[in-house]
Amino acid sequence: MASSGSGYDLSSSTFSPDGRIFQVEYATKAVENAGPVLGIKCSNGVVLGCAKPINHKMVVATTGSYKRIHTCDTHIGCASTGFLPDARVLVQRLVEESADWQEQYGSKIPPGVLGERLGTYAHYFTLHGALRPFGAAAVIAGYDPDTKECSLQLLEPNGAPYMYYGVATGKGKQAAKTELEKLNLHKAPILAEDAVKQILRILYLLHAEQKDAKPIEIELSWICEASGWTHQGVPKDLLKTSQEWAKEQLEQEEEEGNGRRLN
Amino acid sequence: MSSNQRTTRPITTGTSVVGLVYDGGVLLAADTLLSYGSMAKSFNTPRLYSIEDRILVGASGEYSDLQEIIAKVKALALEESTTSSMESIYVERKLPAKSLWNYLRAVMYQKRSKQNPYWNDVVVAGYDEQTSKPFLGTIDKLGTTLQENLVATGFGAYLAMPLLREKWRPDLNEGEARALLEDCMKVLFYRDCRASARIQLAKCTSEGCIVSEPYDLDHSSGWNAPSMVRATGDLDGDRGS
Repeated sequence: MASSGSGYDLSSSTFSPDGRIFQVEYATKAVENAGPVLGIKCSNGVVLGCAKPINHKMVVATTGSYKRIHTCDTHIGCASTGFLPDARVLVQRLVEESADWQEQYGSKIPPGVLGERLGTYAHYFTLHGALRPFGAAAVIAGYDPDTKECSLQLLEPNGAPYMYYGVATGKGKQAAKTELEKLNLHKAPILAEDAVKQILRILYLLHAEQKDAKPIEIELSWICEASGWTHQGVPKDLLKTSQEWAKEQLEQEEEEGNGRRLN
Repeated sequence: MSSNQRTTRPITTGTSVVGLVYDGGVLLAADTLLSYGSMAKSFNTPRLYSIEDRILVGASGEYSDLQEIIAKVKALALEESTTSSMESIYVERKLPAKSLWNYLRAVMYQKRSKQNPYWNDVVVAGYDEQTSKPFLGTIDKLGTTLQENLVATGFGAYLAMPLLREKWRPDLNEGEARALLEDCMKVLFYRDCRASARIQLAKCTSEGCIVSEPYDLDHSSGWNAPSMVRATGDLDGDRGS
């Protein structure tokens, strides 16, 4: 990296002359190298998905020791990527902030407020020379019981918690963003059931495009009417049929692609 | 008043909670009257709570303390479900009633050991999924725990307990259990000056928990009861019917 050795990247408390904070950019790099996370805000809910690379054959990937989607409150879910121990700290913070709000105000924390609070927290770690930024990103799915609205936010290592219609981060995020944009989510939101399919399709697509990719394990969760507006794992039968659909879809696309190349 | 001085008297109180184990579940009953000293303050205030539709908590005594206990319990249940979802998004580890009961024992004992007790006698009911057995237990304001088939707090410990002991069988069905508890609540309404005839029942079975809406006991025969006309001075009296 061009910045290496210039001395401006030793601490996140130092700007480079052209106004960059290299430590924060490096933290962002840590996110870009970890398994992808996708989120889609739907007309009837919000869906999160991630692909966990299985880096070791003997790791028990289906249990919580290697878990990327967490329930932070009944109405809040978080899919994280990047440096996972950092991500767990963010998740823990979400759990605490939600519980604090409940304790103080006797209601569920509005997801927007929660995102802002996590943003403030993460941002603090980009201000001090003695701290390092979080090498993790959190995609937060939330439901506001007051407004009956779902929301999707991405918190990046720099501490910015933006709202999204559809969002991707982690490895292959550019390709995933392109795919999400094709879905036109900002103009015509899709149903949660379809978002499950699309997320799976995109995750498999990213995996297929990756060279010498490790096997992956998929995690998918949602907040919608079917889950009682609480954050739950997508039911396994729906997951299975959607996985089949996604794989079929990719095969078709590949055939069409090959055909075009032949012509 | 020194900083060490504690409140040693409850102000806004609820009276008895009565509960029993029947064949296949637990049933609790409590009236919905809040008293302010000897005066009636509120007539429609529930004192039986369903935690995540799986555990029932009810209490007599200082109502603000009860609200604090319930807030604590709900926070604990939420913490359990958020941290247990660390295991897998599909595995929900639910707090068993017995664990909650034990947690409250620790809370109550710690508070009383600081000379600052929660002024409540608490009843915890649930259904143990591992043993497929109903659970019913109490914790008093000193932190004493009892696990029993029959519980009654407050005045109910004196007035309802003898009735429950006489009439209770382990094979009581739900209807019989309900009739027995309503009998107890009626007796309490007649004899306990801090009780009302507006009550709630709550049930916990393998299916989960339900707390009924408050409803009024039929007490139209009221003061015509033989023992009110001519007191028998005997437990074999009219049971308030």
